[in-house]
Amino acid sequence: MRMKYLSLCAALALVAACSSTPEKKVDVAAASTATTTPTAPVQKPTGPVPGSKEDFVVNVGDRVFFGYDKFDLTPEATATLDKQAAWLKKYGSVTITVEGHADERGTREYNLALGERRANAVKNYLTALGVDLARVQVISYGKERPAVLGSNEAAWAQNRRGVTVIN
Amino acid sequence: MPTRQTLTALRRAIALAAVLFLAAAVPAKAELHLDISKGTVEPLPIAVTQFYGEPVGQQIANVVEADLERSGLFRPLDHRAFIQTPDQLANGLPRYGDWKVINAQALVSGTAAVQPDGRLKVEFRLFDVLAQQQLTGLAYFTQPDGWRRIAHIIADAIYKRVTGEDGYFDTRIVYIAESGPATTRQKRLAIMDQDGENNLYLTDGRVLVLTPRFSPTAQEITYLSYFNNKPRVYIFNVDTGRQEVLGDFPGMTFAPRFSPDGNKVIMSLAQNGNTDIYLLDLRTRRQTRLTDNPAIDTAPSFSPDGSKITFESDRGGSQQIYTMNADGTNVQRITFGAGKYGTPVWSPRGDLIAFTRINGGRFSIGVIRPDGSGERELSTGYLVEGPTWAPNGRVLMYFKEKPVGEGGRQRQVRLYSIDLTGRNERQMLTPTDASDPAWSPLIP
Repeated sequence: MRMKYLSLCAALALVAACSSTPEKKVDVAAASTATTTPTAPVQKPTGPVPGSKEDFVVNVGDRVFFGYDKFDLTPEATATLDKQAAWLKKYGSVTITVEGHADERGTREYNLALGERRANAVKNYLTALGVDLARVQVISYGKERPAVLGSNEAAWAQNRRGVTVIN
Repeated sequence: MPTRQTLTALRRAIALAAVLFLAAAVPAKAELHLDISKGTVEPLPIAVTQFYGEPVGQQIANVVEADLERSGLFRPLDHRAFIQTPDQLANGLPRYGDWKVINAQALVSGTAAVQPDGRLKVEFRLFDVLAQQQLTGLAYFTQPDGWRRIAHIIADAIYKRVTGEDGYFDTRIVYIAESGPATTRQKRLAIMDQDGENNLYLTDGRVLVLTPRFSPTAQEITYLSYFNNKPRVYIFNVDTGRQEVLGDFPGMTFAPRFSPDGNKVIMSLAQNGNTDIYLLDLRTRRQTRLTDNPAIDTAPSFSPDGSKITFESDRGGSQQIYTMNADGTNVQRITFGAGKYGTPVWSPRGDLIAFTRINGGRFSIGVIRPDGSGERELSTGYLVEGPTWAPNGRVLMYFKEKPVGEGGRQRQVRLYSIDLTGRNERQMLTPTDASDPAWSPLIP
């Protein structure tokens, strides 16, 4: 499940990147300029508006994943957060709330604390990269808001997450 | 400060005048007694007759009978086998032979009559059929809508007379009523009688609420609310419906419980990725930090005398249960079994701590002595969590969640109770899915 999600993101990012090749190397945020690319007929003629919530979710990636009962950032997570920090520096007026989530295989209150740890791990990484502390809030939902329903490791892995939400 | 003197909605209708009449005479040689401290108890065959008089007498008897049956300690007998009628019992002595022949060991009779002032007078008597004597008899006066509470009080009196221990039927449960898909679950604060009746929703579900706990008077509830997307500990007054945030903390507060004297709330504060335990004095509003450790310290619970606190921490590398003095000194780890241990709750009797254990992908509810000895498992399942004690320390309630539907993608969550012996597991009847139960003390 998680792989599917990631590859979907990758495909979207690829389309956006291809369509923006005539532009200079502004990472992946310029999808909306590619209105007439003939090689991608299934694409809507307009993509996310640069700097929008949708732009962030589609072209940057709004979430990172954690191991069971872990709150350290994986290499995949820091790669995503590097992109998030770059985007946030480009759009300096945006404020964010980092949500920390846990899977259902822990007790409720422990998971609230664990979600708070995860949200802070994300926050600390972003602010270390220069995102102003005043722009970042955190909230923990523990196991209260799973992203995916299911009773297996694939589902739980997607629920152990930190999600950066554009306010 | 919320006053603790005002009458609660629970008490409003009921002016109790309990009068012991015809107290048991000389104890007979083989007096009826159930020793519930032993492992196995054969349920006591009991005949609960219709209370003679007003039609509500039938309903009172039904509630008494259902309470006793649910305890697992009594086996109510089929009314169709009864020979002596309620009016005969109301107007004379039991014909013990009539009850002995259907194998009743205990007999309950009663009357319900409206008084000139409009109040309802309810009397009951408990008889030992084999010893042929009355064990107890009490009369109560109530406004007519207080009949159900009187029935629970009578069931408590019978339980106490037969087992020698306080009952737990005149109590309420506060819990979280759940509805909707798991990804956008709606959660409401709800309250009901211990038998599932008088269910009432206290919040409307627009704001996520979790982990309610009663004050020692059952008049206030402390809980976690996500009001304004700021998870904080709140206090809810059952009388007035007033909600108030507790304390002024710089981060998420959660896992609140009252102290046994009701004057303090203990809770966790999470800040910058670290969770510690704090005490808030409700009178002075003074905050005291009790743990100072980079680990997660949460789920605190006072011992009944208020001198100790049990809590969970992952300071040793994984979630385990600890005890400490109420001032935060003398921290001792008490769980060392395989897996993780959390949600410790000190028994009202002081002798045990109930917990949730996660081991090998299974969740279970268990109990352990405060010194770490005598660990026992009571119930297990896909997800079993959050034990709470009946006020007599003999029964536990918790929630069980299991995958249902196609591919196990939806959840069913229900409340269950079980004897401390690990027997008599019963599902509570709730109108919706339900979690996070907390048992009230006996209603004052």
